[in-house]
Amino acid sequence: MTKRQGVFINVGERTNVTGSAKFKRLILNDEFDEALDVARQQVEAGAQIIDVNMDEAMLDSEAAMVKFLNLIASEPDISRVPIMVDSSKWSVIEAGLKCVQGKAVVNSISLKEGEEQFIEQAKLIKRYGAATVVMAFDEEGQADTLDRKYEICERSYRILVEKVGFPAEDIIFDPNIFAVATGIEEHNNYGVDFIEAARKITDNLPHCHVSGGVSNVSFSFRGNNPVREAMHSVFLYHAIQAGMDMGIVNAGMMTVYSEIPDELRERVEDVILNRRDDATDRLLEIADKYKGVKGEVKKEDLEWRNGTVEERLSHALVKGITTYIDEDTEEARRKVDRPLQVIEGPLMDGMNVVGDLFGSGQMFLPQVVKSARVMKQAVAYLLPFIEAEKVEGEGSSSNGKILMATVKGDVHDIGKNIVGVVLQCNNYEVIDMGVMVPCEDILQKAKEENVDIIGLSGLITPSLEEMCTVAAEMQRLEMNIPLLIGGATTSKVHTAVKIAPNYKGPLVYVLDASRAVGVAGNLLGETTRESFQQDVAKEYLDMRVKYEGRDKKDNQVSINKARANKFKVDWTGYAPEKPSFTGLKVFEDYDLGDLVNTIDWTPFFRTWELAGTYPRILSDEVVGESALELFKDAEAMLQKIVDEKWLRAKAVIGFWNASSVGDDVELYTDESRSQVLDTVHFVRQQMKKRSGKANMCLADFIAPKETGIRDYMGGFAVTAGIGIEEKLELFKGSHDDYNDILLKALADRLAESFAERMHQRVRMEYWAYDPDEDFDNEALIKEKYRGIRPAPGYPACPDHTEKPALFSLLNARQNAGIDLTDSMAMLPASSVSGYYFAHPQSQYFGIGKISKDQVEDYARRREMELRTVERWLAPNLGYDRNQD
Amino acid sequence: MTNKTELLKQALKERILILDGAMGTMIQARKFSEEDFRGEQFKHLNNEIKGNNDILAITQPDAICDIHKEYLAAGSDIIETNSFNATSVSQADYQMEDVVYDLNFACAKVARKAADEYTALTPDKPRFVAGVLGPTSRTASLSPDVKDPAFRNISFNELVETYTEATRGLIDGGSDLILIETIFDTLNAKAAIFAIEGVFEEKSVELPIMISGTITDASGRTLSGQTPEAFWYSVRHANPISVGFNCALGAAELRQHIVSLSKVADVPVSAHPNAGLPNEMGEYDETPEETTDHLKEWAQSGLVNIIGGCCGTTPAHIKAMADAVEGIAPREIPSFDPQMRLSGLEPFKVI
Repeated sequence: MTKRQGVFINVGERTNVTGSAKFKRLILNDEFDEALDVARQQVEAGAQIIDVNMDEAMLDSEAAMVKFLNLIASEPDISRVPIMVDSSKWSVIEAGLKCVQGKAVVNSISLKEGEEQFIEQAKLIKRYGAATVVMAFDEEGQADTLDRKYEICERSYRILVEKVGFPAEDIIFDPNIFAVATGIEEHNNYGVDFIEAARKITDNLPHCHVSGGVSNVSFSFRGNNPVREAMHSVFLYHAIQAGMDMGIVNAGMMTVYSEIPDELRERVEDVILNRRDDATDRLLEIADKYKGVKGEVKKEDLEWRNGTVEERLSHALVKGITTYIDEDTEEARRKVDRPLQVIEGPLMDGMNVVGDLFGSGQMFLPQVVKSARVMKQAVAYLLPFIEAEKVEGEGSSSNGKILMATVKGDVHDIGKNIVGVVLQCNNYEVIDMGVMVPCEDILQKAKEENVDIIGLSGLITPSLEEMCTVAAEMQRLEMNIPLLIGGATTSKVHTAVKIAPNYKGPLVYVLDASRAVGVAGNLLGETTRESFQQDVAKEYLDMRVKYEGRDKKDNQVSINKARANKFKVDWTGYAPEKPSFTGLKVFEDYDLGDLVNTIDWTPFFRTWELAGTYPRILSDEVVGESALELFKDAEAMLQKIVDEKWLRAKAVIGFWNASSVGDDVELYTDESRSQVLDTVHFVRQQMKKRSGKANMCLADFIAPKETGIRDYMGGFAVTAGIGIEEKLELFKGSHDDYNDILLKALADRLAESFAERMHQRVRMEYWAYDPDEDFDNEALIKEKYRGIRPAPGYPACPDHTEKPALFSLLNARQNAGIDLTDSMAMLPASSVSGYYFAHPQSQYFGIGKISKDQVEDYARRREMELRTVERWLAPNLGYDRNQD
Repeated sequence: MTNKTELLKQALKERILILDGAMGTMIQARKFSEEDFRGEQFKHLNNEIKGNNDILAITQPDAICDIHKEYLAAGSDIIETNSFNATSVSQADYQMEDVVYDLNFACAKVARKAADEYTALTPDKPRFVAGVLGPTSRTASLSPDVKDPAFRNISFNELVETYTEATRGLIDGGSDLILIETIFDTLNAKAAIFAIEGVFEEKSVELPIMISGTITDASGRTLSGQTPEAFWYSVRHANPISVGFNCALGAAELRQHIVSLSKVADVPVSAHPNAGLPNEMGEYDETPEETTDHLKEWAQSGLVNIIGGCCGTTPAHIKAMADAVEGIAPREIPSFDPQMRLSGLEPFKVI
């Protein structure tokens, strides 16, 4: 090959909302003119291609991509260079390609979702006339080692060139640059893995290109730009020689290889090329020496201990360091007349800094929760002095008093607790009533304490109804306290349409913790209160009007029609595998160690409001540092959970002889199938379907009685939360919200992992219909296996009230130690239950809206009052149950 | 690959092929009335359709066939269907957007008839029908509203839809190849390519594609701002049988752009310029000899593989060209190592 000549194409990365906070802000604020300036500056600065990415949850990414590319087309000084259309969503890529007259580059496609989709997308890219970046990612996950990187690239290349006829010269491989020197040993060889993959690709796959995001590699030295620049230069120096010929590089973050001081270059090279075991430590040793004037403190550095006590307190709060908090608080106390002044003075000052940094996106949730821990510890230290002084804690200095509660029947409180912590950090007094709080208690407490705001939280769908009840009750009592609504199943539309009509007082939906402070401030601020309340009320009224006036074109079909269009399974010749047992199997004290490796980490980071996919989130430009820190804490705690048996896991599974009868499934007492043990009732999709698409119901996956086929259905309940209360008490006692939330979040992850692991064992051992299944964790998370495990109360079977029947079949209370609340939430909260379906075509789906004809029929089958069924299925009703 | 495609490729190796000339000029000379335009088929229409030249393939097929034959007699190897405006976008001007398929079908059929007649007369010189997809009157990558540069009055999807319908008609009517011509916005052409490939897949056929852009003025760029090289890189994925320029300029002004294209295109190059620039009256008055002098020199310089005429050219121009280039070798097709070639308004080559 003659290609390896050291040519390098520089892709501009600043027009990327995931990589540039400034660009993201401009796009979110609809300041497209300024956003165009960012693009223009990049081209002027020498970017040869500009990467445009609009992947942001708060954006209509497709619309933003189209608008920005259309605008670029009108700016000849920008559009003279080719565009890289960058998105993780195919629909956004396609929308982008339809706006570009030049020959663009797609970033990116991969084998992640399998060959079929890869081929289909590649064919379309060819038809649109673009080149493409191909990530080293396949069905099993993202490649990290040399072998995996090359193997995936080679496979991708063959498919593209041989099956799709894609021009080899239009393929750009991105074999994943990951951070090195993270302190995690497995990461040490990431640099070498990339460089050698680049070499092997260039040597063996003719005409293609190799690219990558260079700044990832130096991620662990954030804040030390000279070292990062040296790392980029050294990395590129070797990678380009190996064949890398394209990359996303911030030209301002580069130095000239030959100008790096010898000592630094040698140690950076040791790290990048993984030349010695102590490479990271040796680079850390000298890193600070090269750090320029700007940049933040990187390593633990006791320099800050030399500051004034106020500075030390502020530092401890911002950095979340509890080590010296008692002695510093004591020192501060001695300096003032009254202990309260320490809180009102230096501590609040420090928390204000935290609040500002969080508000401006420079700090992330896990850090804020750690800061709160420091604050609480300091306050706890001062409390005895305050009481000794007999000064009434009038709390007059706080911004307001907020009562928070998870509503009756619901046990989920991670989100609520996070909101509480953030509010406290911003000097609100928070009265947290905990979980499963009845309406009367909430309102009584609100009156007693004369609170300024009430915040309601809930996760499961019945909680939505309960919130309406609280709102209506507040109206009956003629209260006028602002009411905040939050939690995973709540939404602005639901708040506006369903809750708001119940309550005339101020009512606001709060999306997440970062919004809570702004909302509370606006609600209580002298100058903002009125206009804010009016604005919100008007917005909700508009939403309501719009919702009610929405296209009521009948999108539903009658239940009879829906049943006629059931999911067609060809039962002839189908012989269901018989489970290894029928009846129940109980797992006492399941080994938690067996569950750690199958944890799906991405939702864990989402809990902490860190957006991104694991493991890539750990090296994310924006939140990576926070994510990595949190991850380390999580791993340490997991170790303790397992070693010290903080938690216990229990499970029960069961299989029964079963047949479907219409939309129900009959379970039989034994093989004779003569006596019905219980009947499980399902609902069916009623939305109008395109031809060829069925109106699905879970019962469709079980062989109908009339076929005579001996089919089976299973059920399960697992928990990983036994014993959690004790630990939580301990954390509460030490004012440690951080570990409190961390433990709950980990218990949730373990429960999910347990459900996943149990499902796997069911497939391989207990039902054993797929004994040779061989998937890695990535594939498991993506549910690539045969069979499903839908849970009552979730999209495919939304009726929570089927849970008691399932629990009694499993005797889950005794066998797994799980209880049900009035709203059918499971206790401990870290529990999962559901059904097992084994048919190869069984799949997850959402029921969507259903019509009254089905609800009436369902109520008859369930032998329940129509009104009761309507209340439980409220989120799924396609009609207004208050109108006949 | 059809037999016809093989024949076309063979002919391109052997000689410079001749396209036809202007259709509009020839139709105007026949002075059709509103009734002639409507024929029997569109008697009932309420609006005036005079000027909708493409419709004549349905209402006056013999006249159109005669024009095709005049060009064939003059020496055209490839004749273009009279379907320049046979897209829903352009037909909307006459409220006839629903006839797109039939119109294209009729245009192809009448050209097919003329071509077959001449192929029978001169079997050693097979004649080809190029089904024409015009640019439409709208631009997918430019806003018609200076105050709102993000606005578009046509989308890629809409273009794909109408080009798909048109292509079906052209193929079913008997076209040997598809010619996307007078491209002033490359994004429109990319939509046409996207549509054509979809129809090829749907019908399991594959016809050669000719692509011809337009350099609108002295800037040397397309209306949408691309240089000739950038234009070529943007449409190269269609794997066309030829690429070139037509219209807007006379041969004298067009030469430099044909030179640019000729350097980078590793496929045959076509050129069908206007008969000079329009005079004050909007008429083209370059004589057949004048136009031919330019084109002959291009042929001698090895710049072109296919030549013909656009606005203002007549069978006499075509006859003069055909005679002049006879015996001159076609441009040699260069071959390049595979290299990624991207483009914005300007070309970008990864070395």
